[in-house]
Amino acid sequence: MALVTSDNRGLRLAARYATLILVALIFLFPLVFMVVSSLKPDQQLLADTSSIRAFLPVGDISLDNYYKAFDRAPIGLFMMNSVGITIVTVVLSILLCSLAAFSFVFLDWSGRGVLLSVIVATLIIPFETIAVPLLLFVSKLPWIGWEGLEFGWLNTYRVQVIPWIVDALTIFLFVQFFKDLPRELIEAARVEGASWFTVYRRIVMPLSGPVLATAAILKSLKMYNEQYLWPLIVVQDEAHRPVMVGLGYFFQLQIAWGEVMAYLTLISVPVIAFYLVMQRAFISSIASTGVKG
Amino acid sequence: MSSKLTRSNRAGWLFALPGFSLLFLFIIVPFFFAFWLSLTNQRLVSPNPTEFVGLKNYADLLSVSVLTLEPERDEAGEIRRDDDGAIAYPRVRSITRSDEFPQYRGMREWFRWHWGDKAKVVIASDVVFMKALVNTLTFALFIVPLQGGGALLLALLINQKLRGINAFRTIYFMPVVISIVVISLLWRFIYSGNEGLLNNILEALTFGAFTPVDWLGSTDTALGSIIAMSAWQAVGFHMVIWLAGLQTISPTLYEAAAIEGASKWQTFRYVTWPGLRNTAVLVLIVITMQSFAVFAQIDVMTNGGPLDSTQTLVFQTVERGYGKQDISGGATISVILFLMVLMISAVQAFLTRERN
Repeated sequence: MALVTSDNRGLRLAARYATLILVALIFLFPLVFMVVSSLKPDQQLLADTSSIRAFLPVGDISLDNYYKAFDRAPIGLFMMNSVGITIVTVVLSILLCSLAAFSFVFLDWSGRGVLLSVIVATLIIPFETIAVPLLLFVSKLPWIGWEGLEFGWLNTYRVQVIPWIVDALTIFLFVQFFKDLPRELIEAARVEGASWFTVYRRIVMPLSGPVLATAAILKSLKMYNEQYLWPLIVVQDEAHRPVMVGLGYFFQLQIAWGEVMAYLTLISVPVIAFYLVMQRAFISSIASTGVKG
Repeated sequence: MSSKLTRSNRAGWLFALPGFSLLFLFIIVPFFFAFWLSLTNQRLVSPNPTEFVGLKNYADLLSVSVLTLEPERDEAGEIRRDDDGAIAYPRVRSITRSDEFPQYRGMREWFRWHWGDKAKVVIASDVVFMKALVNTLTFALFIVPLQGGGALLLALLINQKLRGINAFRTIYFMPVVISIVVISLLWRFIYSGNEGLLNNILEALTFGAFTPVDWLGSTDTALGSIIAMSAWQAVGFHMVIWLAGLQTISPTLYEAAAIEGASKWQTFRYVTWPGLRNTAVLVLIVITMQSFAVFAQIDVMTNGGPLDSTQTLVFQTVERGYGKQDISGGATISVILFLMVLMISAVQAFLTRERN
């Protein structure tokens, strides 16, 4: 009798793992296919789709597709653009959003209630609904550059950075986090004569590791992965193009799928690697967007 | 004492102003700008001055009418039929182009159905917009249960105490960190017609019984394929949200249920699900909002085709506002889209208020 139950338990355990593995295959197969295919010549890539070889690095394996992809498009430039735009935006976003949240939580000033409600209200404005008016708006905006005053932000880095720096969600994440910090600490520092900026820099920021990680991860993903629609409409020149729009170089009449897979692998593997190293932080940052209110 | 310490109008504004001004300039201003533009004939570049046109843009998008067509009859009063025996009707064009019916001018057939020997024809001033609207709503209607429900199943699957369970969570979440642009292009290959990977896999799994489908090339399957792929990519995101919700449910409730001898389903129905109510509202709303904003998948995979079967509102916004430089037309669709989002938010507010 006891033997039967333990057998049953073993069987059930096996069934659970089988389910988990089967589901895992559903999520993994396209990604494995992408990486493996990037190593194969087009002819073999197409032929292999009819067998299990599609997921195995077998046959004529080489890095040729990568070389050809680099020849076809200035991939290095696109990568630098995307990474640069991402880093600058994330740093400025964290700075400005945390400063604003600091002010909303710890300082008492007239108008802050109204301002905070306005910010929270913008949470329900999807970017897609303001893209077109924003396009017209930025095409006329002034800018003071090296050559003096000029008009129009199209085909620049700034048009890809400045509109994305501040968003309600990031401010909101900081506000939620700051609310749970001990106020006595801040008041004690004020009694001792610390300026507000010192309190922000020396007391609040050093305690804000978790929310900084969350804000940085969410913003980085947004800036690197999701910058497609906006640069598509505001950047026509090659010099300022980010990686996702750079994909257009591979849409020829006869699509060279091996090169496409190489490019896709190149631009997504860094993010996957970053995710695998920091997966706990990634997942908890997503989870923290869910516990609103 | 403490109020004096924290009271500071100057510092308060100084700290909040840089952030707020950017938000104001790049979200709030364009938001109100969209409403204004939708009332004009603004173009991206135009030699003519912009004019105020009132609600014309909205009328151009939203006008819909139903025509009833009588069958054509010959001299004897018999219904005329074509060679296949189908009833012959007057052409819709003969009405929409006729001076007799100026109210139908410029409208085109959207779809029709038969009512006895009459035909009811729905004509719209902007058929492509109507298709985009219906597709966007269809997208939301199908992806919400698929992605939300799928994510809940995954969360329950991952919420077990098993050795190595974190590795599975890591894998299920992985597509979330990959750009939807990359995913779309990858799946464009997987979905391709004859030698596509998905067709081959399905053929292998059914031992050849499956007939290959041109997933993105057929009007019957294109939208569904994009919905399935979008759910596949984002389901891990909501799995994590559900997991966070599951972890807020007190273990003592489960212990009590176990003592009462509740079955697995009863435990889910009476302990787990009530504890997930707020999470459920959040997941529902977030997925709906995201599905209203679908663009990259369409742009990379189908460009709205075949035969406009995958047009969406955002795709139309961009195609008009940017592609055709018709800023006011694009802005009008944006405003309509925003009103839809607003309705969803109102539903959310209502659902969460009811509980408190």
